[in-house]
Amino acid sequence: MFDAVLADRWQFGFTIMFHYLFPVLTMGLGVMIAVLKTVQLSRADDRYGALARFWAKIFAITFGMGVVTGIPMEFQFGTNWARFSHFAGGVVGQTLFMEGVFAFFAESSFLGLFLLGEKRLRPVVHWLSAVMVALGAVVSGFFIIATDAWMQHPVAYEIVNGRAELTSLWGLLTNPYALWQFPHAISGSLVTASMVVAGVGAYYLLSRTFENAGRLCVKVGVISGLVFSMASLFPTGAVNGENVTRYQPVKMAAMEGLFRTQEGAPIAIIGMPDTERHELMDPIFVPRALSYLAYGDFRAKVVGLDDYPPDMHPPVELVYYAYHIMVGLGTMFIAVMAVAAFLLWRRTLFTSRWLLWILMLALPFPYIANEAGWMVAEVGRQPWIVYGLQRTAAASSTNVSGGMTWFTLLGFMGMYSVLALLYLFVAGRIILAGPEGTEDGERS
Amino acid sequence: MINTLWFLVLTVMLAGYAVLDGFDLGVGALHLLLARTPAERETAIAAIGPVWNGNEVWLLAAGGSMVVAFPHLYAAAFSGFYLALMIVLWLLVLRGIAIEFRHQVDHPMWRDAWDVTFCLSSALLAVLFGAAVGNVLRGVPFDIEGNFRGSFALLLNPFALLCGVLSLFALGLHGAAYLAMKTDGPLQQRARRSVVPLWIGMVVLLAAVTGASFVVQPGFTGNFARWPVLALVPLLGAAAAISIPLFRRSGRDTATFLSSATLIVCVLGSAAAGLYPRLLPGLPGSAISGLDIHNAASSARSMTIALGVYLFGMAIVIVYLVNVYRVWGGKATTGYHA
Repeated sequence: MFDAVLADRWQFGFTIMFHYLFPVLTMGLGVMIAVLKTVQLSRADDRYGALARFWAKIFAITFGMGVVTGIPMEFQFGTNWARFSHFAGGVVGQTLFMEGVFAFFAESSFLGLFLLGEKRLRPVVHWLSAVMVALGAVVSGFFIIATDAWMQHPVAYEIVNGRAELTSLWGLLTNPYALWQFPHAISGSLVTASMVVAGVGAYYLLSRTFENAGRLCVKVGVISGLVFSMASLFPTGAVNGENVTRYQPVKMAAMEGLFRTQEGAPIAIIGMPDTERHELMDPIFVPRALSYLAYGDFRAKVVGLDDYPPDMHPPVELVYYAYHIMVGLGTMFIAVMAVAAFLLWRRTLFTSRWLLWILMLALPFPYIANEAGWMVAEVGRQPWIVYGLQRTAAASSTNVSGGMTWFTLLGFMGMYSVLALLYLFVAGRIILAGPEGTEDGERS
Repeated sequence: MINTLWFLVLTVMLAGYAVLDGFDLGVGALHLLLARTPAERETAIAAIGPVWNGNEVWLLAAGGSMVVAFPHLYAAAFSGFYLALMIVLWLLVLRGIAIEFRHQVDHPMWRDAWDVTFCLSSALLAVLFGAAVGNVLRGVPFDIEGNFRGSFALLLNPFALLCGVLSLFALGLHGAAYLAMKTDGPLQQRARRSVVPLWIGMVVLLAAVTGASFVVQPGFTGNFARWPVLALVPLLGAAAAISIPLFRRSGRDTATFLSSATLIVCVLGSAAAGLYPRLLPGLPGSAISGLDIHNAASSARSMTIALGVYLFGMAIVIVYLVNVYRVWGGKATTGYHA
């Protein structure tokens, strides 16, 4: 009951998933704010400036939440995963350290300038600080994904005295796994930001408050939402999937619920994995589609779970459902955004209340899709913490007991529940107060 | 050689953190005492508002440099002091949201609640960081694998507590000097008046800690005997300590603050000079003598690559930190964010 590794995994899983709720918005929103500032400057249109100021308030509290929930992530490598730090610190430390030096310093310094310095700075410098904040957030994401990608597909290392040593920084930063995982995650983040912007805009139109700003939010959100929901599927999602097939075939088998190796493997649209009988229950198949997606050949052989010993399997159900939720939601996002973009082009979107309702209520779902995607990546890597090199069970701290970690996990849960309420309360107030109060409103 | 350079880098990062986040921790711990009216509190917070977040990054970067250069130290120290570390994390969370959220609702009770949270979490963090340094100087009971289990009794030993209180006074002094430099009016007067009492407490505690350190860590003077030039660090610290009340008396607020910063750097520098090459010594009776820059290090190649990254990265960081602090130069006003 007080299994230490299980407690460590729960604590890391809970704290990372809670943490990611915030950067998933800020990475994309930072880019959108930088674009709004660019439009404001290039067209000398202050409507975009007012919108940038409004979203900067949301950005600020979200960024703050991301910072405070992010600090425990780095520290847990030491507190709960001491044997992992000991084994892999020389490699993953590089990217974690680079995130601090190259991203956090820039992000935090320029965020202060961007949020509080509009009156003190020349417009171009203020625009530059918005760009630097966006760049910092995206670069920060890159270093974290380079760290994760090394754990998914270790490269540029050699094992000396039982520890991983870095052999090439360039190799670590150009890990082929990272090169598609990174744009996929950024694309997912931009979908989130787009749908949040569109959703809030739809709320303004539906409630007939701040309608000018609402129209602008919906327009910007729908256009970028369409672009990035498609980019999440192709090319970033598709090539990322090919990488999984290439480097972690057993994860791909779990994602698709493919128990037996077969030529011309199908994709199950629906179906429940039955890990006792080793088959999908009540599946609806698209014949041969998986072989084509994985290898570009309808007859290609795809490896199934049964080719691997059971102690190499990830928890199949979790990976399978998470993957199907991500793909299913992603498909729906494309559909919704395509319809919305069509109506935007026909100039009827702002009066199509049924679609505005959908846009507003769709707001939570990109969060679910992003979290599900990360579950596929991380749960699907199990039982390894570093794929093929170190098992998760052999990576925890030996001097921290399970009971201790359950205790601190409950502490995190309690504190994070309060944080979540506070965040929603404050974000709700900012949204209700609306974008036009920026001139004499509260500071963020 | 590369191990020694990383010891130096780690010292620089931690000293940088102590100096920079030190003043905003100090302002946090003191602002309820020094700032009496809501407007004054607003000014005190405004003085650190644009920079506290960046200051905290030094802690993350110090953590990052520990992972990459001395992974075993990171693993052993953080897991050994598990609960204490978790409390530090929770306090950092509370402190961060307090300063972020206090402006979000315009209601005096909302602000008071967050200001008290900010004050208490800042003060406790100052004590805990001091206690952490104290425990690093004192050492921990390692087992044969180089791990230890830190209980509260072990963590909160008298020497560490003494260091914790010293840290509270030193950072309080640092924060008061910062407020004296960055504000004006009654708040500035009160900040100025608090410098000398805090300085007296700090000097007494510093003398006590220095004396006690010879008892808890008898080998501490060895490095100073071997490389007498190292004695310049504590001597410079002593000079900085003496100059603080003198600068205060002559009304030179910026010089007072810089002296306080120099003092903090020199205290930590002296501790590092005494520790070298040890990173976390073992208490008497430990199965191993402790972690040092060799047995806790990652490979020479990993460290060399990371040092190149570090020097390149910090060169960029310094360029824009200088510029950021230049933008926020001058007196803080409550209206700056409107």
